[in-house]
Amino acid sequence: MAKRIEVSGLNVYYGDFKAVEDVSMTIEPRSVTAFIGPSGCGKSTYLRTLNRMHEVIPGARVEGKVLLDQQDLYGSGIDPVAVRRVVGMVFQRPNPFPTMSIFDNVASGLKLNGVKDRKRLTETVEKSLHGANLWNEVKDRLDKPGAGLSGGQQQRLCIARAIAVEPEVILMDEPCSALDPISTLAIEDLIEQLKDRFTVVIVTHNMQQAARVSDQTAFFNLAATGKPGRLIEMGATKQIFSNPTEKATEDYITGRFG
Amino acid sequence: MTTLAANKPAYDGQALDLTGKSGARAFKNTLATVLITLAFVLAMIPLIWILWTVVSKGYHLLFDAGWWSESQRGITVRREGGGAYHAIMGTLIMGLITAVIAVPIAILGAIYLVEYGKGTRLARAVSFMIDILTGVPSIVAALFIYAVWITIFGFNRVGFAVSLSLVLLMLPVVLRSTEEMLKLVPDELREASYALGVPKWKTILKVVVPTAFGGIITGVMLGLARVMGETAPLLILVGYSKNINLNPFDGFMGALPTMINQDRTELALQPAADRVWAAALTLILLVLALNLLARFVARFSAVKSK
Repeated sequence: MAKRIEVSGLNVYYGDFKAVEDVSMTIEPRSVTAFIGPSGCGKSTYLRTLNRMHEVIPGARVEGKVLLDQQDLYGSGIDPVAVRRVVGMVFQRPNPFPTMSIFDNVASGLKLNGVKDRKRLTETVEKSLHGANLWNEVKDRLDKPGAGLSGGQQQRLCIARAIAVEPEVILMDEPCSALDPISTLAIEDLIEQLKDRFTVVIVTHNMQQAARVSDQTAFFNLAATGKPGRLIEMGATKQIFSNPTEKATEDYITGRFG
Repeated sequence: MTTLAANKPAYDGQALDLTGKSGARAFKNTLATVLITLAFVLAMIPLIWILWTVVSKGYHLLFDAGWWSESQRGITVRREGGGAYHAIMGTLIMGLITAVIAVPIAILGAIYLVEYGKGTRLARAVSFMIDILTGVPSIVAALFIYAVWITIFGFNRVGFAVSLSLVLLMLPVVLRSTEEMLKLVPDELREASYALGVPKWKTILKVVVPTAFGGIITGVMLGLARVMGETAPLLILVGYSKNINLNPFDGFMGALPTMINQDRTELALQPAADRVWAAALTLILLVLALNLLARFVARFSAVKSK
């Protein structure tokens, strides 16, 4: 498990509007890569191209290459559904399925893809909930609805749901922005553990968070409103936060703009 | 911060007036409250009036066991007795056939409009047609089916023809309400499902529709309630029969609206008048029972939070 992602010359468009321009980067396996940058700089848009999730929005399209262990996700004959089975995603707002119990939420990825073996489902649910640090809190009420949990628990439930299908890569789009500090801490601890097994990519607005959890950091910025977002600088998190090469990165990190 | 605090003393000795509303604002508030309450009461008056009239005039026949098991066979307007079994069954059978045809088309149509066709020319055309269909009077729908079923195909006036015309009336109601319910399902849930590698059709089937299920059922019930009380298609497409006929493809059929219509012509006679009110109350109860049933069904698969 855990694969390397190599992106080269990636442009993202919404219709005629170029949202992200010319991004090239390598995301290392079994590590946490953080994307930071001001609002509207395209980091979430770019993240969503890593599992072809942007295609959900009509008119969105991509130029360039995204290689997952040498295989181009945008090559001909590649099925986005198959891509998303390998590259999972956790969203900004916790979104458990409201009609399903806690158990069914975690099992949903397997169940909806045709797994019926009860034993395998039970094992996977337990393993995933352990993996998401949620097992102890919910083990006695697995048949209760997932929407009844607190926000932080719901987000960990969503992470459990994402890791239950055993992806290679997990994308997280500001997973803590709707959570309180204690839940945030729980998620950050979890991310630390997840990188033993998965390649983790996280978009965050919180620079302390990026500094705490990530091994690599990529800074995105845009020249002006209406201009496409660009990758300004990427490197080891320590280096980006202590000794950035670009002036813009330094300004952003020290809070001088954005 | 320190300079701010130094410039602005915490308490400048002048008390703020926090005692309350100005006279004009208090008056406007009262006026609005009174108007809104009045509008509510006005809306309730006819509802309670209707219910009271129907219940008080119709309830006593409903306690008669024969009402639920006998037909009006051989009963004239001057005679008491008989029941509404033939009409209840007729209404239920025709309603059920209507629902069986209309509901799948309406739900699949709504799914197309919301999930697949968004913004396409076909979707706009369908949407426009549904708007027009919503405004079609029941008698026009009935005459259309009359023209097709009887004039062109040469079939007889039967219960099934009524169902066909009721489909035209039920379809837009159910389609519109289902569409609204599907639109209410947040895109985040669809994305969550896609992110697990679930194909679109399965996402719709297992995530979107179940989430909207309660609302969809409510829409189906509203549609059914509307068509079960329709009278024009019954008058035009099937004759009223006082006998029990459970075959929608052969012969005349009783139904509650036409039973009411039948006895209404002799409203001065007490037995007929009693039956009119009792049949009306039965129709209301039937719709109510279906509604309760639907809520019961919806509870099992609807959105849970506790």
